[in-house]
Amino acid sequence: MDHKETIVCFPHIGNYAYAFRYLMENGFGVSYLIPPPITKKTLEIGSKYSPDYVCVPFKYCLGTYIEALALGANCLAQIYGECRLEYYGELQERLLRDMGYEFTFFNMAEIKWSSPKSIMKNLKIVNPDVSIAKVVAAAPTTVKIIETLDKFEDFIRRNVGFEVNDGEFDRTYNEFLSRLAKADDGKTVKALINEYWNALNAIEVDKPKETIKVGFVGDYYTVQEPFSNHFMEKELAKFGMEVYRKMNFSCTIIHNQNKRKRDYAKHYVKFDIGATANSTIAEAIEFARSGCDGVIQVKSFGCMPENDAMPILQRVSEDLHIPILHFSFDSQTSETGVRTRLEAFYDMIEVRKYGERSKAV
Amino acid sequence: MTIGIPRALLYYKHHKFWTTFFDEIGVDYIISPKTDKQIVTNGSALAIDEACLPSKLMLGHVEWLIGKCDYIFVPRQKYWMKYEMCTKFWALPDLINTTFRDKNVKLLYYDVYDRKVYRERKAVYKMGKFLGVKRSQIKYAYVMAKQAQMNYDMLREQKQNAVLESSGKTKILIVAHAYCVGDKYIGEPIISAVKALGCEPILAEYADERECVRASLGVTSTMQWPYNRHLVGAVELLKDKVDGIILVTAFPCGTDSMMDELLIRKYTDKPMITLTVDAQSGTAGIETRLESFVDIIELKKQADEQARA
Repeated sequence: MDHKETIVCFPHIGNYAYAFRYLMENGFGVSYLIPPPITKKTLEIGSKYSPDYVCVPFKYCLGTYIEALALGANCLAQIYGECRLEYYGELQERLLRDMGYEFTFFNMAEIKWSSPKSIMKNLKIVNPDVSIAKVVAAAPTTVKIIETLDKFEDFIRRNVGFEVNDGEFDRTYNEFLSRLAKADDGKTVKALINEYWNALNAIEVDKPKETIKVGFVGDYYTVQEPFSNHFMEKELAKFGMEVYRKMNFSCTIIHNQNKRKRDYAKHYVKFDIGATANSTIAEAIEFARSGCDGVIQVKSFGCMPENDAMPILQRVSEDLHIPILHFSFDSQTSETGVRTRLEAFYDMIEVRKYGERSKAV
Repeated sequence: MTIGIPRALLYYKHHKFWTTFFDEIGVDYIISPKTDKQIVTNGSALAIDEACLPSKLMLGHVEWLIGKCDYIFVPRQKYWMKYEMCTKFWALPDLINTTFRDKNVKLLYYDVYDRKVYRERKAVYKMGKFLGVKRSQIKYAYVMAKQAQMNYDMLREQKQNAVLESSGKTKILIVAHAYCVGDKYIGEPIISAVKALGCEPILAEYADERECVRASLGVTSTMQWPYNRHLVGAVELLKDKVDGIILVTAFPCGTDSMMDELLIRKYTDKPMITLTVDAQSGTAGIETRLESFVDIIELKKQADEQARA
């Protein structure tokens, strides 16, 4: 049975809200609120009520929750992970309850995946009359949406720096997203995807034969949420670079590549060192071998697994002769500082690649 | 063959276990000295800036051991009491291998890589086999070593309980990880400062681990990190017997940043103070803060007595 009065909200991460919306509305039979885009204000509210030196994603999530609650959401969801993320849900629920909000909280860390009873009990928090058959039926399209979002963004990342008419990619993609937010069955979604894939491919690009390629690695949240890395992908594209990124939902949750990645990084890390750290190292190696000119690591300040990956990345940089730039973001990072460092990085890569000659011209 | 044991991180949890084990199987070992200024400086230089203080100290201790032994003993403990550890402990062997890559460091470790109850035992057996010791001897040594560690922990707890019951001084609970409270650079200045103020320091770390983890189940359901659960449970068990609580964190400890928030929100009726220790300033300035904290406790005590009268 549907419970449209329940409005679920999940914190922003990239554009996946559109996939969650489809799953929640068509699978679980509840409404979904696509939270308002993250702004400086979100971070400000989040930091105000968060512990001092918890990692920034916590603050973003809390800020988004507070904004969403003000807009009428009444069921919040949080995922779990191997690092501090495991404990996000419980603490955020406590913080919000202390602030006096009324809501139900769907915390995936509470689920014991080995026990069907526990899974059902937790799914019933979202919708007491949840029908598993419906959820399963909505899953393939959700997966399709996630894969499409990743495919489109991958394509845009590689080409947006070379578009002839400024802002055409963004415009097309935003149009796609706004129409996706209204699509309610698999067929419409499929038609939309085809239509806009063709539209994206038809956009005129002026791509030189040789371009500067940069790999983008880092912790799960910061690398995927453009606001939290100061729209770095766009900044890089503005310099005329191709940006590659392997960290997204399709490469981690849907087509898990951990084993392959661990093999890649075998020479540097023997063990699983937690959360995304192994992937970060493996991806950096992969980018270096596949001819990228530089790698950028972004992470939130104090991120536990990425901290351990950093010294290892420095070794990768030494061995494979590839410059790696590290960015640590907290709630205070200034835009100008980021820009300056990126500019210097770009200049350095340019000189490395084309020699001093290019500078003179 | 000599084995070097760095006096950092897991050492403070398992040192009786390790030393007894190596004694029983007849392997020589050396332990790095207590943390001094030199080790702090070296460790900070070797680590990246953002790394937490205990892991910086770990690198300093390992550096001290290089050249003085054949193997450096750095066990990897991914799980403990069925809970996930902080990812720092997952990465320790890799981290040390990477940091000292040019110095040809050989590591000796056992690897607790899953939640199984017997994993630690199996892993230690494997390590013993690697050292070329007979299986029967390893088994005996393991049992003896575990027993030694258990007795040590038990005696420590009994002693503290006796103090808790009998002492008439103001009792202050120090909530800090074993590797913080036991360290000469992080914990000792705080303990001695508390003593100097005429109070009795009670260590959350000394409370029985099993009992504490059980008690913590009632406080938090999804927290992993067994050592943090130990501390949360200790606060839950001891909160009525102490007058104030000091939360000691080494900057920037990831797990503590969230546990402290939980404790501050959960136990609002106890005076509580957070002390952060980092590599630069160390424990400078804590005396003043502690002094005013103790004053607050005394005032609260007097107010309570008046209210009762």
